[in-house]
Amino acid sequence: MDFEIVIGLEVHAQMNTKSKIFCGCSTEFGAPPNTHTCPVCLGMPGSLPVLNRQVVEAAIKLALATDSTINQENIFARKNYFYPDLPKGYQISQFELPIAEHGKLEIEVEGTKKTIGITRIHMEEDAGKLVHDELEPVSHVDLNRTGTPLLEIVSEPDLRSPAEATAYLKKLHAIVRYLDICDGNMQEGSFRCDANISLRPVGQEEFGIRTELKNMNSFKNVQLAMEYEVRRQRDVLLDGGRVIQQTLLWNPDKAQTETMRGKEEAHDYRYFPDPDLVPVVVDQDWISTVAAGLPELPDHRRRRFCEELGLNDYDAEILTSSRELADYFELALAEYGNAKKLGNFMGTELLREYGAEEIEACPVRPSQLARLLKMIEDNTISGKIAKTVFAEMLDKGQDPEVIVKEKGLVQMSDEGELQAMVREIIAANQEQAQQFRDGKTKVMGFFVGQLMQRTKGKANPKLANKLFQQELNTP
Amino acid sequence: MKITPEEVERVAALARLQLDGPEVERMTRQLDTILSYVAKLDEIDTQGVEVTTHTQQVVNAFREDEVQPSLQPEQALANAPEDNGASFSVPRIIR
Repeated sequence: MDFEIVIGLEVHAQMNTKSKIFCGCSTEFGAPPNTHTCPVCLGMPGSLPVLNRQVVEAAIKLALATDSTINQENIFARKNYFYPDLPKGYQISQFELPIAEHGKLEIEVEGTKKTIGITRIHMEEDAGKLVHDELEPVSHVDLNRTGTPLLEIVSEPDLRSPAEATAYLKKLHAIVRYLDICDGNMQEGSFRCDANISLRPVGQEEFGIRTELKNMNSFKNVQLAMEYEVRRQRDVLLDGGRVIQQTLLWNPDKAQTETMRGKEEAHDYRYFPDPDLVPVVVDQDWISTVAAGLPELPDHRRRRFCEELGLNDYDAEILTSSRELADYFELALAEYGNAKKLGNFMGTELLREYGAEEIEACPVRPSQLARLLKMIEDNTISGKIAKTVFAEMLDKGQDPEVIVKEKGLVQMSDEGELQAMVREIIAANQEQAQQFRDGKTKVMGFFVGQLMQRTKGKANPKLANKLFQQELNTP
Repeated sequence: MKITPEEVERVAALARLQLDGPEVERMTRQLDTILSYVAKLDEIDTQGVEVTTHTQQVVNAFREDEVQPSLQPEQALANAPEDNGASFSVPRIIR
């Protein structure tokens, strides 16, 4: 039997505000336990939460970037449950009237474009962190993270494969980073994703029983976990069994999903409007002001790179995968001019060493890269030598001119000098020379190789080819 | 009856309260009285009345995104039944 995969994602993106959503405590990551708390985020009786305006701005930005409808009046609700990481006994979230609904995101998998619906975007507060003691039957509660602003983005169950789900997640990740509202760090948990997965026989209208997957803290783990869960459910169904609705944790070490230990309770959050927080009214003026300040978004930038700069879709996709990388590219391009060659070089040499999001840490600055590539263009160095110089630039952070000069890597383009060497090489390799004249043109590679060896790679390859052709064909 | 003993037990479980038999019975009776009283509101015709979540007209009470001093950890932990000097201690929880 063939099954169709149905996936919906819930993403929690931590906002990169300086202070928490309802109080002035710092949101800095990694501070000593319980040093960023106050009566509000500790849930002390009588304290009053006051909403951080910046969180609303961030939500409006994301709503605009995902074509969502902004609810001009939206309210906060209490989501009631008991857990030690939640000091108030309820999480302040949005339920009936979230800030935005009915959005969409375009993804592309293997050349096929698809629009994925976004059900809702809402603002809420994060919970604290539990650390389980190694020895004692005790858990340690750190409430620094309590009250860190989150946007929860819930997708429609429109995703039909783990690859589509990963593409959606990457697109959303790129958008929040382009908008500069979330740092996107998945290891530190500032961009988290839960997946609802079910299978149904192809052609069946109603959804199958779903499981919820948690604890996937990298794009790779998200894809692996979903693929594993799809296989597991398929096996269960093919054996005539029933999928049990439950929450599963991805165990990256064992590469499998696991049932959460301890009994799961039926959720009953008893949402009700939070009387401590007044309604948020987002008028058209506010929306327009935020819209005017939006940066160019990844889809638009990618199209521009294709249409105006003549890049192919693949390169454009890679170069726009992070705002920093695309900025880097455009800065270098302003000095160098050849988009295709620059894109190629960045795609191979630069991205091999630095991920799209770490580009700011790269010691080679855009202008230095542009100057290096210009040296190829004006025949100062060969393309091959450029790679060696680039490696050195990454290593030492020096200017390309300095490295080329110090190491004597300037390309040899003196025709007379090269011609002498070419003649010597031909004289010493009569057998291969004859083969060439007999039509075995492949030995050209051998000859050029010999010359490169003698010149330590510095011979101008075009000139070398020309000279060998010339000398071999005129005995 | 506005509430059953089963519902009382469920609400108690959600609130992490342990009630014995007589307590369940007493709570059911008391909650029933309260709910019956509040049910008077059902008699009002609310057709065409907009849902009210807040009684005041105030909207958009914001604070700017500025960091304010936090409590010292000792102050934060002052009410904790148990702590280890840095964190609150609770019975081991595995989610």
